[in-house]
Amino acid sequence: MIQLDSLTKVFDTPKGAVVAADHISMEVSAGEICILLGPSGCGKTTTLKMINRIIRPTSGKVYIDGEDTTGMNTQELRRNIGYVIQQIGLFPNMTIEENITVVPKLLGWDRAHYKERAREMMAMIALEPDAFLKRYPSELSGGQQQRIGVARALAADPPVMLMDEPFGAIDPINRAVIQDEFLKMQQELNKTIMFVSHDIDEAIKMGDRIAVFREGKLVQYSTPDDLLAAPKNAFVESFLGEDRALKRLNLVKVREIVSDDIGTVTPGDTLEKALAKIDDFGYQNSILMINDQRQPAGIITRSVARTTKGYCRDHFQNIPATVNLEDDLRKVASLMFAHDTTWLPCVDDEGRVCGQITQRAMTRHLGSRFRAREGDIREANATTGE
Amino acid sequence: MPIQTMKGALRALLLIAIFFSGAWSQASGLIDDFLFYLPDVQFLMGQHLWLTAVSGGLAIATAIPLGIVLSRPSMARWAESLMQVLNVGTTIPTLAVLALSMSFLGIGTVPAVFGLFVATLLPITRNTYAGLKGVSPALMEAAAGIGMSPIQRLFKVELPNALYVIFAGIRTALTINVGTVPLAFLIGAGGLGELIFTGIALYDTVMMLSGAIPTALLAIIVDALIATIAFLVVPRGVNPSRA
Ligand SMILES: Nc1ncnc2c1ncn2[C@@H]1O[C@H](COP(=O)(O)OP(=O)(O)OP(=O)(O)O)[C@@H](O)[C@H]1O
Ligand SMILES: [Mg+2]
Repeated sequence: MIQLDSLTKVFDTPKGAVVAADHISMEVSAGEICILLGPSGCGKTTTLKMINRIIRPTSGKVYIDGEDTTGMNTQELRRNIGYVIQQIGLFPNMTIEENITVVPKLLGWDRAHYKERAREMMAMIALEPDAFLKRYPSELSGGQQQRIGVARALAADPPVMLMDEPFGAIDPINRAVIQDEFLKMQQELNKTIMFVSHDIDEAIKMGDRIAVFREGKLVQYSTPDDLLAAPKNAFVESFLGEDRALKRLNLVKVREIVSDDIGTVTPGDTLEKALAKIDDFGYQNSILMINDQRQPAGIITRSVARTTKGYCRDHFQNIPATVNLEDDLRKVASLMFAHDTTWLPCVDDEGRVCGQITQRAMTRHLGSRFRAREGDIREANATTGE
Repeated sequence: MPIQTMKGALRALLLIAIFFSGAWSQASGLIDDFLFYLPDVQFLMGQHLWLTAVSGGLAIATAIPLGIVLSRPSMARWAESLMQVLNVGTTIPTLAVLALSMSFLGIGTVPAVFGLFVATLLPITRNTYAGLKGVSPALMEAAAGIGMSPIQRLFKVELPNALYVIFAGIRTALTINVGTVPLAFLIGAGGLGELIFTGIALYDTVMMLSGAIPTALLAIIVDALIATIAFLVVPRGVNPSRA
């Protein structure tokens, strides 16, 4: 756990005092990723560097796991905090292996132990140990170097990590890959992480909580969902962008708004029965047909059911797509647009139908937070079929 | 292909030239003349190398720590002005330095070693200082942020990254040193300068060359030797010649 208590930094410059961080108070719970977000020069790096005392605070305190760090030995404090600097900063005179094992060596690990650790770290960042460990940083691409920088910070398994734009130098495609790898890693490692970014999408994707800074002040500190749904003021709102409602699609899982109230037919049902069910459930144009394992088998459209006689198994159409409970709404929206449909069946991990998701339920869910903010009656997330 | 043939032809020409000049010098008795000075050359070369080793060794042993001290952040206020003084010092001709040191310390080996020491000290100090100051701030921040102590930072990060520049300084300084030792003869310290200056005074070309040619060879050998050491010692990741 990291706690900042009225942390302040004033730089004395020839042009007068610059307040880079102004009474920052916040708390990052153990095992969480906190993103420091804000425009250039708002004090993110300054705040981060005061935690490991690269920058000495003018006033205020930093607590780690409840302990005041003011009196601690600086070197010891830093060895227990993994640090990834904005400029990567690998040591060019050392091989990749030596770079990764710097901190374990400082901590006095024995040789076999830290050598083993270097291989573990390489596996974790998905680089081939035999190919890379003996190389020098200058022989690696920028993205590979950045991964080594993260590995170096993680090598001694510090409980706390400070990361200053660790993926800044990587192209968007590889960045997404590395972000995913990192999140997977974090699920196992459960570090307490402070992470500087000025990319909103990265913040939303990576952060358990986001701290928005402006001119040295902490403006808003909340979960990504709260931030997008209820920006505290016009600055935060404009910083998040006009499409912030769409950005929330990333954050909501199908599980949260799926409706298990779904009418289905089986291949053995008559089309007449299908038409009755379509009317019963109030569906506009179609109903799902499932097999005896409850797996989606096809759809029966209203027009077919109304004009034809026979059994469902002879007159169904293919299902455009299905979504999983763990998918996010962005994927769902994309599938709906692609297949020109307003609803999709949801399946669990075994592929069995467990409900449906409708466009209306999605709009309601996203909209409810906005309406709630405007003082309207907060509507339930109830999903009504079509 | 034409270039290859040209090179081959040049090489053949060179060999023929060497052969004929050898034959000519043998015939004219030149080789015998040179051999006459061989014992002198051996003795004086020993003296010459000794002067270089002592003054150069002392200079390295002083200049590197001096450069390190000047590059410490706590010295920042003094360092730049001191480096300016050293830079002005470098522009003073070595002969003048020797003359000055003679006027304080008299004649003999001690003032010569001192003069050579001063002349050698400056380039090494300057390169050590510049090399250490040139280590990127990002590296220093990474090293500090990881939890290295100032001493660990110096030995594990700063010096290895500055080593190539420091060696360049040593190489220049020692090559100059070897080439300057002949002047030490003028204040009575011996060395190959004895043959050179006496040869000049007596219009004895053979005598002069018996001093000048070994001096030139020594300078080339010292230069190559230090380049080799640098090649082996400087880590591959920061060694442009091994990239
Ligand atoms: N050493 C310093 N001396 C004087 N002013 C400084 C110093 N370091 C930072 N500042 C000032 O403090 C403010 C905050 O800087 P900081 O580096 O924390 O910004 P940042 O939020 O990390 O920006 P960026 O996204 O560009 O990295 C800026 O106005 C900057 O000019
Ligand atoms: Mg910054």
